[in-house]
Amino acid sequence: MEHLLQVRDLEVQFSTYAGVVQAVRGINFDVSSGEVVALVGESGCGKSVTAQSIMRLIPSPPGKISGGSIMFNNEDILKKTERQMRKIRGNTIGMIFQDPMTFLNPVLTIATQVTENLVLHKGMSESQAKKRAVNLFELVGIPEPEARLKQYPHQFSGGMRQRVMIAMALACEPKLLIADEPTTALDVTIQAQIMELLKEIKQRLNTAIILITHDLGVVAGIADRVLVMYAGQIVESGTIDEIMKSPSHPYTWGLLKSIPRLDMDRSKKLTPIWGQPPDLLQQFTGCPFAPRCDYAMGICTQKIPPDFGQTKVRCWLRHPQAPAVRLKREVL
Amino acid sequence: MQLSTELFKPLEQKVVQTELVRPSTTYWQDAWRRLKQNPAAMVSLAVIILIVLLAIFGPMFSPYTYSEQDFSRRNQGPSAEHWFGTDGLGRDLFTRVLYGARISLSIGFVASLVTIFGMLYGGISGFAGGWLDNAMMRFVDIMYSIPFLLWVILMMVYLKEILPQNAGLISMYLALGLVYWLPMARIVRGQILSLKEQEFVLAAYTIGASKKRILMRHLIPNCMGPVIVTATLTIPQAIFTEAFLSFIGLGVSAPRASWGMLASDALVSLKSFPHLLFFPSAAICITLLAFNFLGDGLRDALDPKMRK
Amino acid sequence: MSEQQNTTPLLKVDALKKYFSQKGSAAVKAEDSSTMTAGLDESSVGSRAGAGRGTVKAVDGISFTIESGKTLGLVGESGCGKTTVGRTVIGLYRPTAGSVIYKGTDLTKAAGELRLRNRRQMQMIFQDPYASLNPRMTVGDIVGEPIDIHHLAGSKNERTEKIRDLLDLVGLNPEHINRYPHEFSGGQRQRIGIARSLAVEPELIVCDEPVSAVDVSIQAQIVNMLERLQDELGLTYMIIAHDLSMIKYISDYVAVMYLGKIVELVTSENLYKNPQHPYTKALLSAVPIADPVVERRRKRILLEGDVPSPMAPPPGCRFHTRCDRALPVCREKEPPVTDLGGGQWVACHNL
Repeated sequence: MEHLLQVRDLEVQFSTYAGVVQAVRGINFDVSSGEVVALVGESGCGKSVTAQSIMRLIPSPPGKISGGSIMFNNEDILKKTERQMRKIRGNTIGMIFQDPMTFLNPVLTIATQVTENLVLHKGMSESQAKKRAVNLFELVGIPEPEARLKQYPHQFSGGMRQRVMIAMALACEPKLLIADEPTTALDVTIQAQIMELLKEIKQRLNTAIILITHDLGVVAGIADRVLVMYAGQIVESGTIDEIMKSPSHPYTWGLLKSIPRLDMDRSKKLTPIWGQPPDLLQQFTGCPFAPRCDYAMGICTQKIPPDFGQTKVRCWLRHPQAPAVRLKREVL
Repeated sequence: MQLSTELFKPLEQKVVQTELVRPSTTYWQDAWRRLKQNPAAMVSLAVIILIVLLAIFGPMFSPYTYSEQDFSRRNQGPSAEHWFGTDGLGRDLFTRVLYGARISLSIGFVASLVTIFGMLYGGISGFAGGWLDNAMMRFVDIMYSIPFLLWVILMMVYLKEILPQNAGLISMYLALGLVYWLPMARIVRGQILSLKEQEFVLAAYTIGASKKRILMRHLIPNCMGPVIVTATLTIPQAIFTEAFLSFIGLGVSAPRASWGMLASDALVSLKSFPHLLFFPSAAICITLLAFNFLGDGLRDALDPKMRK
Repeated sequence: MSEQQNTTPLLKVDALKKYFSQKGSAAVKAEDSSTMTAGLDESSVGSRAGAGRGTVKAVDGISFTIESGKTLGLVGESGCGKTTVGRTVIGLYRPTAGSVIYKGTDLTKAAGELRLRNRRQMQMIFQDPYASLNPRMTVGDIVGEPIDIHHLAGSKNERTEKIRDLLDLVGLNPEHINRYPHEFSGGQRQRIGIARSLAVEPELIVCDEPVSAVDVSIQAQIVNMLERLQDELGLTYMIIAHDLSMIKYISDYVAVMYLGKIVELVTSENLYKNPQHPYTKALLSAVPIADPVVERRRKRILLEGDVPSPMAPPPGCRFHTRCDRALPVCREKEPPVTDLGGGQWVACHNL
């Protein structure tokens, strides 16, 4: 069975005055229909760049997709022309961004912006598109849709604007929805509303969702599978339970130990990850996480670890010769 | 794949992280690097330096003065003895153009100095806010609405009685002083208005900095980019204005040689002796272009948004 | 709401109010982001406590105390007024009403001279590590400026010595004293800001979203450092944040704010175990927990609608428009503050 999306050996780089930055260094992953895959990592890990590559939205100087393939619906996205991509964007692949204010045009009514997609891709007439827009607003939970369609973006609150953006992304019933930090700029109560909405969309429309975020709590609430990224590579991937309950990579484990949990006892301490995020200008002669890793071995600074095993962990600890290390997770 | 067991021993100490090895650069070093990459700006900088050197030292080396007349050699074209030729009264055009450079550059310099006052004015206005800012800016608006030409004429009429010889030049300086600080005041005020909301300014208040300290140490230094660009671009404006005024007769008086005056004198015999118009005009053109390119280049180089 | 004290608390805030007139759009932005008018331009609405059209009642009657050596966390969503509280307490804004009493002295009545001196003991750490450091100053000058202003060093050598010690204290390499902010990462810049505020040897530090702008793996570093500094230097903290998990971890007491009022003040233990106010409960249920098993089991309390605008807060209890336990009285009268004992106070009619 073919996956909806198959990414193989993707490499993306950016030319800056200081040198070439390897933003994505050869990643592989699949997304199936109706599945929520979370791409998790901190700033600079390459998760947003990956998402933008799928939509071919990387600005071409200075960025460049320098290798690999992205198969969507059995077609290679990277081989398509710009014209062909325009037929896909907003149509079979939808995208929502972090800041809905900059996404919406302040001088056009919401109706114009929502129906634009439908008229363009589905060839609907204005009135048909308006009807569909009303349906979409009901789907995403915007009350009084007819009235609100006539309004302008500044008359909507942050949470509402995000719902509008989701409605626009879903207008043409995409098979894949890419959500790039959709709730980072929202208050926590609104974030909860939006996450519930995404869950509903996943169930009702069977849309596959790629969720990009740095918030592991948000991931725990909705994702089926998780890909952990560091310095442009996927260091660990697996199901949500595998990654969050029994992680194998020291980075994943370090992250989980360093975030405070609401339900944890006051006596528990946070254990930060030592050091700084890596400088992406340099070429790595080994595992990029080695300088910060409590379990680093000699080989870790010399060779980049390959993917090991079923759960795909990029770590030398998985090598049969490595000493057995149990990453004991202190929970609650 | 069997590897040496040595490789799997845990490391003794944490690997030292390669520090950000980029050399330490200040804002100015960064800007200079960017400026160097702009060919038009660099050429212009060289041209300006050349003009300045010529203006200062050129006339010393010239065998002629700007007012020496030699009726036997009137209106000659460029030659080995007179590089730019001679004018209607036999004066060496090259020397006169060099003197003209002195005048133009001094005008530019004064205009530039005057903008410093504008910087302080705008700084105080923006920083103070409220009614003081309002009042100060309304004054600026009023001053703006009066045409520069009018100031010059008024000054000249008044000064002709007191200083008949230098009325033209002095009125020019005075008029510049009255008017050329205005754009800088507005620009700096705008910068200050946006800067004073920044967190580092709030932090300065919190640690107990006085308002004077905040203005002089925090706000104004962060405006220097637009200030320098504006000052640089003010110079060609001033030079052109002077040239224009001299051209129409309101500037320096004979036998002083301003470029505008030279151009104006040349008009009479344009068809027969085009070289008389060509050299002063070329001088004006090249100087203006040079300052404008440099100013543009500086704007690009100093723009903080371009910093990566 | 004040705690039963044996000793006078370090900081006592009483019925504090801060209104902004509509003239500054900065006022409305004030709660959503950190753009603020500095002490010069803001217009204190003074005694016009009744709002005309266009008054943002950012803080509308807040009282709390902080004991020496403890940490109070101030938490709430955008528009709740927490940032304004921080800035008013520290003196960047003049309060519209109410008092800020520091070690027995009412700062709101103090003359200029006294306020400057008192500013030494109260310092602030800002949210944005990129905007809170002057890009044209070296790290040494940034950290050294408070030393210069308050004449804390006798000689140049002493000054450099102090700066280096401070950099070391916050975990930075003292050799970097002549570098510029742009050469450091976000987390390091935040440390520089902390070093700057420590340069005057303060007693109380107000931390306005100290880790929100920093990567997750660095947040724990900074938080741990803040705790260590508290132990080593005997500091008192007031931490303002929207991340409830982080606030709960680091604070002794938590004050939950909504639209300019404190709805609940409670120990961080009891915050999770025994929240009383309906808003607190909704907030807690909305916070995601990084555990899929827990998340699957949770039942979320979803609040309807959006936060009302601080320009037109609902009458009576501000929360009644979104509350599932609202009684008729909630629409008319503001709820009284009830002391539930054990360090917990709630403002609600329907307990």
